[in-house]
Amino acid sequence: MTASIIKLDTTAADHHIARMAAVALGLTILENAIPSPLPGVKPGLANIVTLIVLARYGWRAAAWVSLLRVVAGSLLFGSFLAPGFFLSLSGALCSLLVLACAQHLPPRWFGPVSHSIYAAFAHIAGQMAVVYLWLIPHSGIAYLIPIFAIAALVFGTVNGLIAARFMDNKTDCPQITQIHTD
Amino acid sequence: MNSHDATCAAILPHLKAGDWLTLLLGGVCVVLLTIELWSGGLADKAIIRSGGKIFREVPLSRDQQIEVPGPLGTSVIAIKQRKARIVSDPSPRQYCVRQGWLQQAGEIALCLPNQVSVELMGSQKKYDSLNY
Repeated sequence: MTASIIKLDTTAADHHIARMAAVALGLTILENAIPSPLPGVKPGLANIVTLIVLARYGWRAAAWVSLLRVVAGSLLFGSFLAPGFFLSLSGALCSLLVLACAQHLPPRWFGPVSHSIYAAFAHIAGQMAVVYLWLIPHSGIAYLIPIFAIAALVFGTVNGLIAARFMDNKTDCPQITQIHTD
Repeated sequence: MNSHDATCAAILPHLKAGDWLTLLLGGVCVVLLTIELWSGGLADKAIIRSGGKIFREVPLSRDQQIEVPGPLGTSVIAIKQRKARIVSDPSPRQYCVRQGWLQQAGEIALCLPNQVSVELMGSQKKYDSLNY
């Protein structure tokens, strides 16, 4: 009896997306080790990868990386289809939606920092929407919005700066993946 | 080059004019959200309850002292400069007295053993810390 082998034809682009998603996944795990003062306030380091992929390879690749990271991350943490997964997913989807618009801002004036801030605000907006519509349908959660908004502004700016600095140093694309995966 | 200059050199070249605009917009957004969501609104009257029933509704505009009878004794409520507090109460743990001045709409002080409470109300009824 011969073992049946299922072989998927993958392109170099697929491999590249998978590598990027793996890097994002690594950052997600790293981030989970950082204690947070309030559930939901996280730096969102994985979004640095999304920003870089968006700037270098376009929105489609960024969406792949972001969503793969959400699904694979939830599998790793055992939260697939749990409330936390849907919070990540809604945040990621809203960010991607906003990034689809924000990427068309004139690049002469708007860089990754702007993209990052808009995406961060969209992220908490998406999450708060799910929290309100599904998990805690009570207007009292409005008290938390300013805290999340400040976190979005601060972490959005920092992540954007990190992404911008990274792309500034390494202009050669393959090199980036090399550095990440080593 | 000191560390401050190094930080500036690391950050400034990456911020374009539009990025500053975005930062400003985000900052304004945060400030507006905070003001809108964290200020409970101005209170203009205090509702004093005793034994679950409304004992009196008093405007905050006039400074006064009100004595409210309860099962344990008399609670004294003071209204001064648009703020209200429970001055004294016969309850053993004095939680409501130690709560101090109430100022914003939705704030409430309860003296459960004596069944007396003071709630501040604004022009419109907003959610408070008790309902769910």
